[in-house]
Amino acid sequence: MSSAKSGVLSFVLGWGAALLLFFPILWMLLTGFKTEVEAIATPPTLFFSPTMENYQAVFQRADYLSFAINSVVVSVVATALAILIAVPAAYVMAFFPTKRTRGTLLWMLSTKMMPPVGVLVPMYLLFRDFGLLDTLTGLVIIYTLMNLPIVIWMLYTFFKEVPPEILEAGRMDGARAKQEVTLLLLPLALPGIASTSLLSIILCWNEAFWSLNLSAHNAAPLTAFIASFSSPEGLFWAKLSAASTLAIAPILVFGWMSQRQLVRGLTFGAVK
Amino acid sequence: MATVTLRNIRKKYGEVEVIKGVDLDVADREFVVFVGPSGCGKSTLLRMIAGLESITDGDLMIDGTKANDIGPADRGLAMVFQSYALYPHMTVADNMAFSLRLAGVSKEERMRKVTEAANVLHLGPLLERRPKELSGGQRQRVAIGRAIVRQPKVFLFDEPLSNLDAALRVQMRIELAKLHEKLEATMIYVTHDQIEAMTMADKIVVLQGGVVEQVGSPLELYHHPRNLFVAGFIGSPKMNLMPGRVIGRAEDGITVELANGIPFSVPVRGERVNPGDEVTVGIRPEHLSLSPDGEIAGTVLVTERLGGLTFLHIQVQGDVVMIVQADGDEAASMHDHVRLSVNPKGCHLFARDGQAVEHVNRHHLIEPGAAGRRSA
Repeated sequence: MSSAKSGVLSFVLGWGAALLLFFPILWMLLTGFKTEVEAIATPPTLFFSPTMENYQAVFQRADYLSFAINSVVVSVVATALAILIAVPAAYVMAFFPTKRTRGTLLWMLSTKMMPPVGVLVPMYLLFRDFGLLDTLTGLVIIYTLMNLPIVIWMLYTFFKEVPPEILEAGRMDGARAKQEVTLLLLPLALPGIASTSLLSIILCWNEAFWSLNLSAHNAAPLTAFIASFSSPEGLFWAKLSAASTLAIAPILVFGWMSQRQLVRGLTFGAVK
Repeated sequence: MATVTLRNIRKKYGEVEVIKGVDLDVADREFVVFVGPSGCGKSTLLRMIAGLESITDGDLMIDGTKANDIGPADRGLAMVFQSYALYPHMTVADNMAFSLRLAGVSKEERMRKVTEAANVLHLGPLLERRPKELSGGQRQRVAIGRAIVRQPKVFLFDEPLSNLDAALRVQMRIELAKLHEKLEATMIYVTHDQIEAMTMADKIVVLQGGVVEQVGSPLELYHHPRNLFVAGFIGSPKMNLMPGRVIGRAEDGITVELANGIPFSVPVRGERVNPGDEVTVGIRPEHLSLSPDGEIAGTVLVTERLGGLTFLHIQVQGDVVMIVQADGDEAASMHDHVRLSVNPKGCHLFARDGQAVEHVNRHHLIEPGAAGRRSA
């Protein structure tokens, strides 16, 4: 196959995949501006006069801002906490491995393979007994724990890319472990840390299972905000779409702005 | 004053022992080179001195103080790595000043010391650049500059010239030797390149399989190798080694017979071998010459003409190939039948256990009992 042909093919495939992935989001966006009748019409109406009534209704019914603030606080704090714990862990695993390091890493990852519902009851009871139900602290704790394995794994991979001699040179120059990490390792692994943080924020933001089960009102993030439109009065697709659009908009914009950083981080080791 | 003393130093990784009891004294201002084939443990030994590898057993003394449990940051040594290991996110000046910054030295003082070191290494115009904007040679200079700025007790070099091209390597070799002279510092240098070892060292330590095979000045190792390994490792092209048999003992040496039945006498002390013993005879290429009435007959396989010198690879009886160093004007060419004559003074004899049989006379450039030029 000529390179021109394969170029066209990968262009078509790439855009095809992108459109396929983006279509549900586009559809949701459009539905949010339809009336409830238009929203459930079959076949769907492609041309309609957009209305803001769903958004008005959504804002009237719920305090979007307080949900959004909860989402931001929980995502950012949980991510910061996870990074803070993961940096020393990944540093030791990457630069002072023992024969158990590999096993520890795999074990940490294996916890992600367990369905969270399996530990829902003990978690709920723990949260209840420690008074963490429906608190931001509680959500921060569960999100930190939830993302810690993946954050450590990612940082571990990024740290492995840093030549150990550079840290050894630092040690010879008189650096203590803390200085070695803060003055040499972190600046060198900054792109990796940035993309790990981005991923962690996105995962926290999108997390629904724990937030729906462990929060009710005070600490409820945007996932709970969406969910609140799906049950009590039956399904209102247009309003649900409007609420969903509002919930994912911030993270979508955030992800779009940082996509270069994100892609660079995720392919850091692969394209060297 | 900065001395380094190793006493029965050992390193184990699990059950595998890679350094098997090394004893060594590095004198103040001495330039010591660790040399050996890859995997011999020379870099591990250097890293143990640096503190980057733990010491399983034995004592490491720096300036007479036991340093086994002192961290690398506190040993007061500086190391130059093969990969240079510059801090990529810092300018040249910041790279060089990093150790001073950690030590809490004031900014003016840091600048003064960096400028001073930069002048020594001609790095002045590069101080504001980043490592990625420098050539290999320049990076190497920065790495050395970073070490100089620390004013360390001992400089450690881990194959610092391996990543440079041949011409630059020769130039840096000379500059390092000059630097050693100028700084009057103790230096320990690891290399697998025996030319680097021969040209720079006061004292060479030949390592193999985690064991020190011989310690001595370059000429001592060249002219009085203690065993077959050192004899074969030091010198380029390699020493010719041939099987032989002791047939007699004379006042001024031992008479041996090579496989072709030709006897000649080697000026060595004869206590360790007896007539009838199988031995290995070693002859360096410069102690063989082409001569019409030479003892050994052979055929020229390859001629390597370097201009001033010619190396002839000559097949002699059996499958033995001997390398002869001849004059650049030597006319012999491939497939010629030639005869070789042996200069017995340059011959070495190795007993069956591979240990050398001691020469009657020591080489005239080697001071008796001296390990190095400066340590005498």
